[in-house]
Amino acid sequence: MALIEIKNLNKIYNTIAVPVHAVKDVNLLIDKGEFTAVVGPSGSGKTTLLNIIGGLDKPTDGQVIIDGRDITKLSDSKMVDYRLKNIGFVFQSYNLIPVLTARENIEFIMLLQGENKQKRDERATELLKAVGLGDRIDTRPAMLSGGQQQRVAVARALASKPSFVLADEPTANLDSASAESLLDMMEELNKKYDMTFIFSTHDSRVMKRARRIITLVDGKIADDKKS
Amino acid sequence: MFLILSWRNIWRNKKRTIIVAASVFFAVVLSAIMRSGQLGSYEYMIESSTKMFTGYLQIQDNDYWDKKSLDNSFVMENSFLENVKGKKHITHVTPRLEAFALISSDTITRVAQVVGIHPEYEDELTEISSHLKQGVFLNQNSQGILIGASLAGFLNVAVGDTLTLYGVGYHGTTAAALLPVQGILKMPFKSMDNAMTFIALPKAQEIFSCEKHITSLPVMIDNIANINKVRDALQSELDSTQVIMSWNEMMPDLEQSIEVDNIGGIISLGVLYIVIAFGIFGTIMMMVSERAREFAVLIAVGMRKSRLIIVTALESVILSFLGVITGIIASIPIVQYLVYHPIYMGDEYAEMYESFGIEPIMKFSAQPWIFTSQALTVLIIALITIIYPILYIRKMNIAKQIRG
Repeated sequence: MALIEIKNLNKIYNTIAVPVHAVKDVNLLIDKGEFTAVVGPSGSGKTTLLNIIGGLDKPTDGQVIIDGRDITKLSDSKMVDYRLKNIGFVFQSYNLIPVLTARENIEFIMLLQGENKQKRDERATELLKAVGLGDRIDTRPAMLSGGQQQRVAVARALASKPSFVLADEPTANLDSASAESLLDMMEELNKKYDMTFIFSTHDSRVMKRARRIITLVDGKIADDKKS
Repeated sequence: MFLILSWRNIWRNKKRTIIVAASVFFAVVLSAIMRSGQLGSYEYMIESSTKMFTGYLQIQDNDYWDKKSLDNSFVMENSFLENVKGKKHITHVTPRLEAFALISSDTITRVAQVVGIHPEYEDELTEISSHLKQGVFLNQNSQGILIGASLAGFLNVAVGDTLTLYGVGYHGTTAAALLPVQGILKMPFKSMDNAMTFIALPKAQEIFSCEKHITSLPVMIDNIANINKVRDALQSELDSTQVIMSWNEMMPDLEQSIEVDNIGGIISLGVLYIVIAFGIFGTIMMMVSERAREFAVLIAVGMRKSRLIIVTALESVILSFLGVITGIIASIPIVQYLVYHPIYMGDEYAEMYESFGIEPIMKFSAQPWIFTSQALTVLIIALITIIYPILYIRKMNIAKQIRG
């Protein structure tokens, strides 16, 4: 069974003047362990699709079934809990909590899950080491480079041991070296832990690494290639 | 960690936090001093007036308040006095027999208020002997009279001279006596100095033909807060012809004046706190709008909106309490200083104070609730200001905010 099954997904933004059909009749299966990039030009619906898969937005119609559960039927509060336990997010602008250190940013997710202090400390340290920031554990985001912040964001996404990670343009704000290094790290995590990564991107560096590329044009799947 | 998060969020913009906390600080200091001054003055006005005139409570004949006549006096046995004195919370009692009479010396006659007093008890309560300028104070067996200095001046008498008292006694009897001036009192207020005379209670009862009678029994208590308890306890000692009146029934002008002034003070404080509330509210609005995306991210990664609201509310409460706690810490020594160093009022207020029979000084009160009520007020303001983030977070479109 696929980890994620998307059936007849549509999203129409009802702008007052003109309705915008952001996602059109998308049907998709994503298996566990995939390293998948959703690509397409600006406005093609990549971010909207990822937001719906991540439960941040509701579809106009259609289903998003994750591990056999249709998440579009969940209430807002249940959806928050579902995201906390099952989905990791990496954002284009890192979006770390600026007043917390790298470790605290990671611990925060586990705190929301109700983990005890010792477990939180151990796992946060382990994750920061895994993303190559073992020496910046107690540093606040403002003192880290963009690449380092994005690594912390990846560690944060993994903190809750999610079923999959959604990464929206994760390399968009990074220089080449940082982007390559981040992708190396994500690829390693994907292989080592069989962690599913789904990117939305138009960065060729990400596309080169992705083992599956789903191309969206005007909200529709125009191409779906596996390497 | 939620508390840490709130605390650190507050210090993201140090200048803004310091300005808001400082505005709360000054509001608390100012309002604590204002309130302490107001309440201290009220306590002082009530205590001084009750001590000098009525007592917190007063036992009278049922009809005496409406018709102040010796015919409406009542018999007071010693056992009754001792019973009243022995009640819990009662600190002083002093029986009085009050009447009006003509006082003459040579060809000069004035109307005077004649008060028969138990010298020892009266002095314990009103410290009347401290006003004695010439002569000696009374005792229970004294046959003489004490008179106000102005009255002595009108009558042109000195200690040792004899005054003629002429008036109406109990049930229309003639009250007449020759009384040697035993002492001259410099009373604190003109009205008293012009008209007051004091004689020992047994002598007064003899002159006015009302043995064992008194017109009132003023009662002082340890704390005004106990007034109802004492009133209830005294009620059981009274027969159907007697009544207990409280200070505010006997001095309605004083109570009314305090109420009006108190409302004015509360309105001033209200205005001050409304200004502070808008300051805090503006800060919270800015904090929320600056962090809209961060809020969305927190909800996206699994933080429940209710938890996010708690964190934001904590920020508002902590921010307010920074000002409140430092304000209370700063205002306590200031108020304590003022408690021991009351402010003497200028001439402008002297007349008003004197009209209530008290010295024109502004006293301060250091009751703990003056400070805690400020904390409570600011807490309420902080809680009101969090309505905005609550509504904002509840209605937030996460995907839209993350996209920016």
